[in-house]
Amino acid sequence: MLHYFIGNLGHFFVITSFVAGLAASFTYWRATLAGELHLQNQWLTNGRVAFVTHGVAVVGIIVTLFVIIYRHYFEYHYAYSHSSLHLPGQYMISCFWEGQEGSFLLWMFWHVVIGLVLIRNRQSWEAPVMTIFSLVQAFLASMILGVVIPGLDLKIGSSPFILLRDAMNDPIFALQPNFIPKDGNGLNPLLQNYWMVIHPPTLFLGFALTLVPFAFAIAGLWQRQYVEWIKPALPWTLLGGAVLGLGILMGGYWAYETLSFGGYWNWDPVENAVYVPWLVLIASHHTMLIYKNNKTALRLSFVLVLSVFILILYSTFLTRSGILGDASVHSFTDLGLSGQLLLYLLFFTVGAIILAVMRWKEVPFSEKEVGTYTGEFWIFLGAATLCLMGFQVLVPTSIPVYNKIVEIFGGRSNLAPPANQVEFYSKIQLWFAAVVALLSGTAQFFWWKKMDRAAIKQEIVSPLLITLILFALLLLTSRITNPSFMVLAIAGLYIVVSNAKVLYRTWKLNPKLSGGALAHIGLGLMLIGILYSAGYSKVVSLNNTGLLYNRDMGTEFNRDNLLLFVNEPRTMGGYDIEFLGERLEPVNKRGYVKRRDVEETMDPFKVIARRDIMFKSNKLYSAKDTFDIYPENTFYEIQLSREGKVVATLFPRVQQNPAMGGILPSPDIRRNLDRDLYTHVSAPMNREAEPEWSKVEELRVKPGEKFFVNDYVAILEKVQRITELPGVRLTDEDVAVKIIIQVQGEHDTFTLEPAFLIRNREEVGRVPDESGELGIKISLLNIYPDANEFLLGLQTRQKDWVIIKAMEKPLINILWLGTGLLMIGFSVAMVRRFRE
Amino acid sequence: MKKTHLLAILVIGVAIAIIMSTAGDASTYVTFDQAHEMAAAGNTNSIHVVGELKKDARGQIIGLEKSPDNLSFSFVLLDEARREQTVFYNEPMPPDFTRSEKIVVIGGYQGDHFIANKILLKCPSKYQEQKLNAGV
Repeated sequence: MLHYFIGNLGHFFVITSFVAGLAASFTYWRATLAGELHLQNQWLTNGRVAFVTHGVAVVGIIVTLFVIIYRHYFEYHYAYSHSSLHLPGQYMISCFWEGQEGSFLLWMFWHVVIGLVLIRNRQSWEAPVMTIFSLVQAFLASMILGVVIPGLDLKIGSSPFILLRDAMNDPIFALQPNFIPKDGNGLNPLLQNYWMVIHPPTLFLGFALTLVPFAFAIAGLWQRQYVEWIKPALPWTLLGGAVLGLGILMGGYWAYETLSFGGYWNWDPVENAVYVPWLVLIASHHTMLIYKNNKTALRLSFVLVLSVFILILYSTFLTRSGILGDASVHSFTDLGLSGQLLLYLLFFTVGAIILAVMRWKEVPFSEKEVGTYTGEFWIFLGAATLCLMGFQVLVPTSIPVYNKIVEIFGGRSNLAPPANQVEFYSKIQLWFAAVVALLSGTAQFFWWKKMDRAAIKQEIVSPLLITLILFALLLLTSRITNPSFMVLAIAGLYIVVSNAKVLYRTWKLNPKLSGGALAHIGLGLMLIGILYSAGYSKVVSLNNTGLLYNRDMGTEFNRDNLLLFVNEPRTMGGYDIEFLGERLEPVNKRGYVKRRDVEETMDPFKVIARRDIMFKSNKLYSAKDTFDIYPENTFYEIQLSREGKVVATLFPRVQQNPAMGGILPSPDIRRNLDRDLYTHVSAPMNREAEPEWSKVEELRVKPGEKFFVNDYVAILEKVQRITELPGVRLTDEDVAVKIIIQVQGEHDTFTLEPAFLIRNREEVGRVPDESGELGIKISLLNIYPDANEFLLGLQTRQKDWVIIKAMEKPLINILWLGTGLLMIGFSVAMVRRFRE
Repeated sequence: MKKTHLLAILVIGVAIAIIMSTAGDASTYVTFDQAHEMAAAGNTNSIHVVGELKKDARGQIIGLEKSPDNLSFSFVLLDEARREQTVFYNEPMPPDFTRSEKIVVIGGYQGDHFIANKILLKCPSKYQEQKLNAGV
């Protein structure tokens, strides 16, 4: 039974939201232009009704889509592609943003929430600001409209409510139009992470918040209220800076925890696309502050505020139109929306530029010369540096766009992004960051006091001295030799020290004023944390086996990966490291289960315990218990010890989901106060490929007799008659026995139980037993009852292995601490500005 | 001249410097022949080559070779001009490697060997897959 109603309802909501968005924009536009008060009020009421209708429709879309996902209506493409029966409940929310349509919805949802707050708060600005808001909403709603214009064969938007049979040309739908798959494709394992539940909503809230200052600035230009818009827009800019910054850092943290590229930031185009608007947003906040204080930099504030939202649109275009193609690892795939996205981008870019140019001459401009001994001068410099910093990232990120434009004009451009992105960006961004830190450390002194040449000297001497002393201490404890790192370290320390002084002073005056100082200290700590954790990240899994890699290539390469055979310790970066075997993760209990301790069943999500299962001296399950596991996840128990003492046990993970196409390793991180130890699997053993067993070696043994297999001591313990054999139905006529062999491994004793079966008195069946951890397979070839002897077939192979990479990330906690302070600083400042 | 003007000139100067340095550091998409010429001419910049794995008539991948310890591997890549080249990569083989339909190698020639510093894989995405593959 196909559930048509819910999809139709959802589509109805989509169309309603689009139409209501347009209607709200139109009515608010009329309200803005209406001269008479009663007319204006009528149009305003209409606008509010339309916007609220739009909001209800957006919530309606979200609820309907969620019901489709939650109820597993796999006849819908969205549910089939992004969810599955076994997906844990909390991740069903993440299904929303795995697809583009859902992330548009999320963006729209936040606009609705913010729009409603603005309607409640800002009576005088409501009409022009909400005109812009509603227009943006109409554009966003058009992205998920999924309507084909008859005659033109033009499809507008991609609806999340299309049926699977309309989305895929599978031949089965020709035979069975009502076919519904039993299970969905599932959610990309990378998104099955709690950070992925909260990171996208935070990021999109940040996106949505950038619309507020933009709408105010446009309203200011439009209504010729060139100075009044700053005050209401300022706190929203701060909120946007905080939320967008938090969203970006959450993304970085997710990458650190989940992806295994070895860090939190990779300068991927998708990351750059949100980093640039954030920098410009912070710059715009500072120029707005200058204006509030000194009545200068108004034109610059306009330009920057308008640029932020345009950059957000540009980043949306980059990540969703498919234009990044080969350049990015994780942009969305093209949904055929490129044209619409381009229209969305160009509409607001061209509109904003035209409006700004028309009104440019009217925007008040201060002829006053900016003095060197004012805070404004230094902040201005800082804002300019931030913009250049963004520009440096924007230019190479746009290379694919540049190529496309050349192509459109009939040319051919083969420009590629820099080959080593991380190095390319880091080496320049580092200098910009140092300049920003030095400027903002100094600007703070001017900001709070009028200064002249003598006063500033007095003011700056002690922070400079403390900075240099701290730097000397830093040099003593960690040998910084790279000159650019030295400059960044000094700049980072300087901004912390100088702002600590300012913090002390403002705190005494009024703690509510301390937001700026706190945020800047946070920034300084972040810079120091980044300098160490990224600049001094050290690969500790250096290969020291002395094996030459490849004779053709010599040995000039760093060997960053380490091959570990199970239970064979190696030394690595001062640690003894040992791979202890593969582990599974139970659904309902905390801990890990050895793969060899469980027996698989027909249902991949259920296993049976072979024996009592212990984890860290807790009993998880008793023998014969059936319990749930996540079959996609395999963990590799890696033990690190130093001088015989276990320092850490790490469980890096590998997720396999054939339907999603692939094998995804995630790191495990040992967190220490001063450094993280970060380990991930670079290559797991492929269990599907048949392992190469040696030739069978035959051996006759008696019960109780010891023998060697693959250099392990084994003993044939006893024989048992068995009445059941997995996968074989036994009748009364059949005779089945198994022998129990104990093999003494490095750490544990292993039990192997090969079986022997006589069917109908003549057919013989043999069920061998094997252990990948020992690299042995034993079969029971024959039984000699007279001699009480058993003929064993012994085979060996390479033991189970895994290749890992391990890194040390020093002082990464300083980065997280700095992030926290930055957010607190933003919040304090925001509370103050919203209260004003 | 006013200070603001000086600043504006400074900002524009830095912006131009940024564009120049980007142009200098930008890599290029080339074929193996072009890459070989560049290397022969003494240009050691890393370049991008787009291509696909060499396959036989039955779709089996040819020329894939792992080092005995699995820590590095080499493969034969056909560039867009269908010229084949063995590429060495000093990392374990990415798990999805053999499934990829398009491969971008970033690196350069050292003598006659092409050494990749980085590999980008374009795997068939489930969006493009027009076959149902679960629960059928």
